[in-house]
Amino acid sequence: MSGVGEACRADFPILSRVVNGWPLIYLDSAASSQKPRQVIETVSGYYERSHANVHRSIHTLGEEATDLYEGARDAVRAFVGARFREEIVFTRGTTEAINLVAQCVARTLRPGDEIIVTEMEHHSNLIPWQMACRDHGAGLKAVPVIGDGFLDMEAFGRLLSPRTRLVAAAHVSNVLGTINPVAEIVSRSHEAGALVLIDGAQGAPHLSLDLAGMGADFYTFSGHKMLGPTGVGVLYGRREVLETLEPAWGGGEMIKEVWIDHAQWNDLPWRFEPGTPPIAGAVGLRAAVEYLGKLGMERVAAHERDLTARCLDALGRIAGVTLYGPRNPEIKGAVVAFNVEGIHPHDGAALLDEKGIAVRAGHHCAQPLMKRLGIVGTLRASFSVYNTPAEVERLAEAVKGVRGAL
Amino acid sequence: MVYSNLIRERFRHPRYRGTLEHPDAAFEDVNPLCGDRIRIECRVADGRLADARHRGDSCAICVASADVLLERAIGEPLDLASRLTAADLLERLEADVRASRIRCVTLPLTVLQGALDGREVAR
Repeated sequence: MSGVGEACRADFPILSRVVNGWPLIYLDSAASSQKPRQVIETVSGYYERSHANVHRSIHTLGEEATDLYEGARDAVRAFVGARFREEIVFTRGTTEAINLVAQCVARTLRPGDEIIVTEMEHHSNLIPWQMACRDHGAGLKAVPVIGDGFLDMEAFGRLLSPRTRLVAAAHVSNVLGTINPVAEIVSRSHEAGALVLIDGAQGAPHLSLDLAGMGADFYTFSGHKMLGPTGVGVLYGRREVLETLEPAWGGGEMIKEVWIDHAQWNDLPWRFEPGTPPIAGAVGLRAAVEYLGKLGMERVAAHERDLTARCLDALGRIAGVTLYGPRNPEIKGAVVAFNVEGIHPHDGAALLDEKGIAVRAGHHCAQPLMKRLGIVGTLRASFSVYNTPAEVERLAEAVKGVRGAL
Repeated sequence: MVYSNLIRERFRHPRYRGTLEHPDAAFEDVNPLCGDRIRIECRVADGRLADARHRGDSCAICVASADVLLERAIGEPLDLASRLTAADLLERLEADVRASRIRCVTLPLTVLQGALDGREVAR
């Protein structure tokens, strides 16, 4: 590994695959990124040499596994710029992390309380709040999306009130690519006395993070979108906030002492990690954040910004192509959503797949946003460290052929 | 090949796309994977599916599937029309539809069955 783009492609074994007779062009990293050899070998090495259950095994392997698992926590803490290791809770993914917070917060909701989401949320950052509000008589409000895909911050100001208990917003939209003004969302929410959860599923893989500086109470992300394994994710929670929450789920490991009718909770972060955690996933995630750390997240972000700019430019020149989301790559994550006139997105994706190009198609788990845009779905190209300008050019050539192909 | 000539032809020029005036039965449903929506309206006479039309916002495979389904079902007794299977459609579509797109083929089947089961009164 010496750099981004062409320089790191050899680290990703899957990129040498041929799909439908064409070299694979993988443009679906926003759904799930590919894995470098360093991550794959770390996970298999863990299983081959050090696997045992963590925390409760006194034997040598148990201690090694515990060291590796807790070491992963320290590596993730450093990567995201959190102050304390107690603030890093391993989960199965972003979805579980958000549900965990929603269930904890739901217990404290009273009728008349309100939660604010946005119209651009992934279902993962919407449905858990719908459920929490439904079960506790709270109201759910949504910040509208305006213009090329920006949050209406004036409307947000009007929605905030003393009734607002929590604000849940994406760091980066998984469809529009919009990088939301999280600092402003955090400060205005805190002024109103509300907690803030930022869904970082599309932020952590692409942007340099300073969670202590950002000030959000919760930040959630998944390992598999950032070169790591599936089945592991992270809930970052500010220590002083986590300390006030009752755990969402019970089980082994999250307790200090148990009687038949009650129990005393364990310390942070284990209080929120009942059962055997995703040990191999966490160990693999450490390898992933170390890989990204060596590349440098500023360099990763600049590389992906360049690919996004090239993609917006190339697709924007094709007749019949509609682009969604901000046109300015400086304020946009590594996704480009688009449609081709007369072609359903699923047909477009199937036609591109015939050329070995993997893109996402559909509603991207953001149906309220699709309704706001007045469409059923879109095609979506998304980028990671291993994509190249040549791949963007081949995408654009293939998209030209999609129109009129059916 | 995913897109057979028949799928392309029926997507471009569906024969049974549209609406019926005063349908006896109608139903619509959504494919949760992609958000595609299709509606089928039916006219029933003498225990047979006398006529039917489909409409909606859906992909080429779904449009073609709905079209060959109605072509096959119109004129048939209701119990036969509501018992048609994905295999019947796949054969007519002349296409190698992958598992990830099979719901595009079967959505019109379940919508027609819903209409004939009277799950929704025609609007």
